[in-house]
Amino acid sequence: MVSIKELSKEEYLLKGHIACAGCGPAIALRLLFKALGNKVMLVVPACCSSVIPGPYPFTSFAVPVQNILFEATGATASGIVAALRQREIKDVTVVGWAGDGGTFDIGIQALSGAAERETDFIYICYDNEAYGNTGVQRSGATPYGAWTTTTPTGKKERKKDMAFIMAAHRIPYVATACPSYPIDFVKKIRKAKEIEGTKFIHILAPCPTGWRYDTSKTVEMGRLAVRTGMWTLFEIEHGKFKLNSPSDKLIDKTKRKPVREYLSLQDRFRKLTEVDIEKVQRWVDEDWERYSKLASNQYI
Amino acid sequence: MAQRVIDTANHIVAYAAKAARVQVIAAYPITPQTSIVERIAELVESGEFSTEYIRVESEHSAMAACIGAAAAGVRTFTATAAHGLVLMHEALHWASGSRLPIVMPVVNRTLGPGWNIWADYTDSMSQRDTGWIQFYCGDNQEVFDTIIQAYKLCENERVLLPVMVCLEAFILSHTYMPVKIPDQEKIDEFLPPYKPKWFLDVNNPFSLANIVSPEYYMEFRYMIQESMENAKQLIPKIDKEYSELSGFEHGGLVEKYKCEDADLILLTMGTMGTEARVAVDNLRNEGSKVGTARVRVFRPFPKEEIRKLAENTRMFAVIDRGISFGMGGFLAEETKASLYDQENRPLIAGFIAGLGGRDVTFKTIEKIAKKSSEWMQAGRVEKENVWVDLKE
Amino acid sequence: MSISAKARKEKPITTLSSPTVGVDKTGFWRTFRPEVDYSKCTRCTLCWIYCPDGAIARQEDDCPKIDYDYCKGCGICANECPVKAITMVREEG
Repeated sequence: MVSIKELSKEEYLLKGHIACAGCGPAIALRLLFKALGNKVMLVVPACCSSVIPGPYPFTSFAVPVQNILFEATGATASGIVAALRQREIKDVTVVGWAGDGGTFDIGIQALSGAAERETDFIYICYDNEAYGNTGVQRSGATPYGAWTTTTPTGKKERKKDMAFIMAAHRIPYVATACPSYPIDFVKKIRKAKEIEGTKFIHILAPCPTGWRYDTSKTVEMGRLAVRTGMWTLFEIEHGKFKLNSPSDKLIDKTKRKPVREYLSLQDRFRKLTEVDIEKVQRWVDEDWERYSKLASNQYI
Repeated sequence: MAQRVIDTANHIVAYAAKAARVQVIAAYPITPQTSIVERIAELVESGEFSTEYIRVESEHSAMAACIGAAAAGVRTFTATAAHGLVLMHEALHWASGSRLPIVMPVVNRTLGPGWNIWADYTDSMSQRDTGWIQFYCGDNQEVFDTIIQAYKLCENERVLLPVMVCLEAFILSHTYMPVKIPDQEKIDEFLPPYKPKWFLDVNNPFSLANIVSPEYYMEFRYMIQESMENAKQLIPKIDKEYSELSGFEHGGLVEKYKCEDADLILLTMGTMGTEARVAVDNLRNEGSKVGTARVRVFRPFPKEEIRKLAENTRMFAVIDRGISFGMGGFLAEETKASLYDQENRPLIAGFIAGLGGRDVTFKTIEKIAKKSSEWMQAGRVEKENVWVDLKE
Repeated sequence: MSISAKARKEKPITTLSSPTVGVDKTGFWRTFRPEVDYSKCTRCTLCWIYCPDGAIARQEDDCPKIDYDYCKGCGICANECPVKAITMVREEG
């Protein structure tokens, strides 16, 4: 059992970085290094994390990082993994660390290719549900009704179900997580490290700048996402589905908080009508019907 | 033991990658490059070639994978053609800006629509601004030799720029020619293992290619231009050094044939360059003082060689297998630009020929020479861009 | 020395960036600063783990120490503290 106090005091995301105050992805980065230490090579496409560490000649990352073209995380990681194999370097973990844009949209091809080739790396999508780096434009991960600069009256389409898309690639490990549940996240990263093949972890990374809430509420927002069932913590290991705590206790609808409690705290959902909110609640309930069946049948 | 084989340029490319002991290959098939990646697959799966072969899902990913692998400190390779090359376009810039010594054969095929799989230089010429060194080969022997030379060149500390080795679709890629493959021991001596100065390393962490402000950027670009100039110095030396083990020299930057006393020089590239030698011999038999110069390296552009040639001749007839729309032939325009400051400039006539694989034989080249000679006698070039063998 | 020779001497030939603490003095971003009431603090270390900037150090006894050079004043620590031992106080001047 891992506890917070057992996590190392070493920091590999050095302080003084230029993430927004209250940045969810920044918390997630610190947790990534708590999980893996510094024997890590990161592949970072254009995304918030390519700007957070600051400009040349400095960086706040204290591990090797290959910044790369927006679309290319999966492919670049494939190249690095192959090179390390040729050089017989065995104790380094290659991690693709990409935002939702570089995962759901422009980067999906390279990720899909890397997964199909069974590339031995961990791919973590930190999802702040928009193209944050360039000023909060909509992405395929933006949820229904959310304001972004390119959907000013609210996105009309639903969010892609990225975890299940990756599970359909038959990779050995798919998981969802959230920095608001740090131990769960750390455990999943460490588990992924021990598995051979492509591992995909999708984390909800709340973003005060894009979601329009007070900077102090980032961790709370992640918790609320889980408690309303808008975000679900699960693993799909070799095709076997399993809900994690506290999501495993939320199959019972009465235990889930109404989605309204989550939506009303974020200004990006300000324009949602009652009809919209009911739609969102219905979709969440439908997803949970599916999770409930999967939790009992186990295999997706 | 040196081997003598008779094989297509594509297969020769695969053998060159193997001889260069490339460590990571990431490639995507496209006609007419496919027999390169197929032959590589055979060599890898038979155990003859121990390399990492990533069968990526697009050319953009091929170059991205090469960038990752090269940054992690290994010798990398890919190959492509036409639309695959231009799909990689932004990644080409990323590779040269990262100063990574990647070598990539490009099987020159034109771009569509019209959707045409045959030879011209539109694809690689459209990438001439990307900071990649560009070689253009005239025969299969040169293809093999140039790939080995390319690694020696680009891994040199004073260069560290990626290299394209161009060869024409079908004319070379699928044509069988005799090639001498030098002894592997001699190749290993000429091309030792890749020892990068910097590479991704957990013991020495840094970030590669993060954001940079105007305060620092320009100097990096200046250094690329400087390395291009260094490459110009090194290329003839490497060609000479390599010829000692292969027995073949390919002319360094520009391969000259009977230019010393020529009034008219046919300036061209690739297989048109080797074909032009036949035309030159025929024309000389008829009494014309013609020579041909084959531009082997287009980037860096061999300005000094062109200027030297220009000093002792009355006219260049430049034959381009491609055109920069709205301007003229790639080689013609850059030749004219190189000679702007020259006193007593020769006449320069530009000919557009062979687009989309239309055949350019020695007969065509003789016609071009004869037309140029007429203009030379008249003292002026009548038409700036002449399209050869165009159907009226 | 030519420009590029000098540049090569001081910098690598491409943008290789070195790990550095304090890329920006982000303490200047604050309008509110967190203040810890150590009498209430239970040393749970939640504030330490949740700080996006790593600006809270975990001392020997797990007591939090805020690095005000880098604290951006986001308020997550105050919001998450289970015993409300951290208050956000407006910066003077």
